[in-house]
Amino acid sequence: MAKLDLNRVPMPKQTAKARVKNFNEVALGYTDEDALAEASRCIQCKKRGCTEGCPVEVDIPEFIAAIRDGDMPEAVRILKSKNALPGICGRVCPQETQCEEVCSLGKKGAPIAIGRLERYVADWELKNQPGSKPEIAPATGKKVAVVGSGPAGLTVAADLAKLGHSVTIFEALHIAGGVLMYGIPEFRMPKDIVQVEVDYVKSLGVELKLDAVIGKISTVDEILEQGFDAVFLGTGAGLPMFLNIPGENYNGIYSANEFLTRTNLMKAYLFPEYDTPIKIGKRVAVIGGGNVAMDAARCSLRLGFEEVYIVYRRSREEMPARLEEVENAEEEGVIFKLLTNPVRFIGDENGWVTAMECIEMELGEPDESGRRRPVPKEGSEFTMDVDVVVVALGTTPNPLVPTTTKGLDTTKKGTVIAEEETGKTTKPGVWAGGDVVTGAATVISAMGAGKRAVASIDAYLRGK
Amino acid sequence: MYKILKREDLTPEIHLFEIDAPDVAKKAQAGQFVVIRVDEKGERIPLTIADWNREKGTVTVVFMEVGKTTRKLATVQADESIATFAGPLGLPTHIEKFGTVVCVAGGFAIATIVPIAREMRKAGNKVISIMGFRTKDLVFWEDRLRSVSDELIVTTDDGSYGRKGVVTVPLKELLEGAEKVDLVVAIGPTVMMKFSSLTTQPFGVKTIVSLNPIMVDGTGMCGVCRVSVGDITRFTCVDGPDFDGHKVNWDELMARQRIYLDEEKKSLELWQHSCGRR
Repeated sequence: MAKLDLNRVPMPKQTAKARVKNFNEVALGYTDEDALAEASRCIQCKKRGCTEGCPVEVDIPEFIAAIRDGDMPEAVRILKSKNALPGICGRVCPQETQCEEVCSLGKKGAPIAIGRLERYVADWELKNQPGSKPEIAPATGKKVAVVGSGPAGLTVAADLAKLGHSVTIFEALHIAGGVLMYGIPEFRMPKDIVQVEVDYVKSLGVELKLDAVIGKISTVDEILEQGFDAVFLGTGAGLPMFLNIPGENYNGIYSANEFLTRTNLMKAYLFPEYDTPIKIGKRVAVIGGGNVAMDAARCSLRLGFEEVYIVYRRSREEMPARLEEVENAEEEGVIFKLLTNPVRFIGDENGWVTAMECIEMELGEPDESGRRRPVPKEGSEFTMDVDVVVVALGTTPNPLVPTTTKGLDTTKKGTVIAEEETGKTTKPGVWAGGDVVTGAATVISAMGAGKRAVASIDAYLRGK
Repeated sequence: MYKILKREDLTPEIHLFEIDAPDVAKKAQAGQFVVIRVDEKGERIPLTIADWNREKGTVTVVFMEVGKTTRKLATVQADESIATFAGPLGLPTHIEKFGTVVCVAGGFAIATIVPIAREMRKAGNKVISIMGFRTKDLVFWEDRLRSVSDELIVTTDDGSYGRKGVVTVPLKELLEGAEKVDLVVAIGPTVMMKFSSLTTQPFGVKTIVSLNPIMVDGTGMCGVCRVSVGDITRFTCVDGPDFDGHKVNWDELMARQRIYLDEEKKSLELWQHSCGRR
């Protein structure tokens, strides 16, 4: 047996200097040789911690073995039997805290790059056998409505369709994919790849209705009355939070949702070829420390801002963003102003933001989130000149569906109450999963919730 | 894709489209709007719903050519289609029996006020309408508004038709008159809604306005349409578009409507240049 190789094969990337000038994908993907070498590092241990660490329980050792053996169609089959969206997960899953975190090799060296291999398999399929389909169970005659076409909705739709149910997805926007289309930038999640995976879901027989705002064209009760046997709500967390400090409505101050939607969904980076504009200034401050803040900062660089700041009230250690994203942002030239909190915005006579007054913070005792609470340092106020501000403080669920659905209970935070194991809500026949239940989280946790709901919905439909 | 079943040019720059959109038609109510996109590269803009036919499954919108998107929209002919037509969005205008309701509309917003006046009248109100235009050539739907109003006053800025002057003049006369006015609904250009609200404020007559800020998704997702009403920031797309005109921060709204003035100008010029349009 070959000696244990403790170093993972690096992922080819665009250089920082080159990539800040374009919106093309940063990580270029493994070559065949890279993938074979990385797959060969897997010791095929019996523990299978990786599969347990995966919210959708992909048979990771098996698909890696198939890559190693050069049987790519088999690798595709294994991967897709558990995960309908591998091209997406291979790119945006936080593998370092899931499957890779528990990899046996991780004890002595670098864990297997499972995410990169997953992406390699998805990309291989797209290139070599596009449009392949799994077996679909005989039609059950049951109809399911899925509200929202983000990661949770697509997963539920694909899996229920494979089980033989007739599925219709209702999407409010003009294109399917949810946050994968409007939120995550092209350079991390190419929109063509999202649409390939949406097309795959449609190829399973799923009907997709766009421009369909549930709560407006129909309520959930009306959907049930129209002959659907079950409803899954995967409406996400689409409502932006603001700071609620003076001057926040000045021109030039965006929610991250608006900034990213204009850039990604509406392709403002291609303005004026595309009609939707975005304000490109000199100095932008992105408020927040999560992945969305990193996305907004990195978009700003590519749009042409000269100085891009991340302004975050805690320290680097407490930043919720993935380490990889923080490193990418830093490499590209984003400037981090940590332990800093905006107090008010200052504007000119035409209503445009010109500066932001901030206060320095220090860390006190841990708060309910377990992170040390930031406390303002008295007398440390200072102003920084900015011409654009992006507020990336997080999002909460859109109330459109909950407020129009009788019997659907929500928490004080506006999230829909659903059983963790089944996704069952307080309303009979209605399931929910993803950010609408958890508040803003990850793509894969939404998909995991979708999987669990599928099992419960399927059992319900078969018993009906 | 959504097909234009009927197109009518109400004036050279104001157009009516009757669009095949059964899902929207089924639920549309007075005061609501749709978000449209002309084509795959188009931006999303809101248009108020002017009428609907639930049996035929059609929705009518009326728009004026202002920037690139509305001009591009104006090139779409009957039997052709547009890419997006999502709605009905926003909250419907609150309709109940108030007593005497004065409906004030300026320019192409006549189309928006007609269904509101109609519903107000159906609810048992006496409806007095005021419609104002810049000049005679731009007058449209006078008959339609008359047919849903108990009284109608027409004004033109230059006096070429009806009374000379702006809508706030007859509005003030009505408020000063013997008859008690219980509610004013004012819809039109932002400056017209602002001055209508300022006119009614001293009389303490509740005034509803329908705001038209920049929007993207129209479902509460982006927040570009935020507006200060009293001390609270509201999203026009989900909390409105109707608000209390006495509480709206008009200057902030007008500043926010100008965010993309430079970009819009550039976009329009390029487009006009590329297709040789006016």
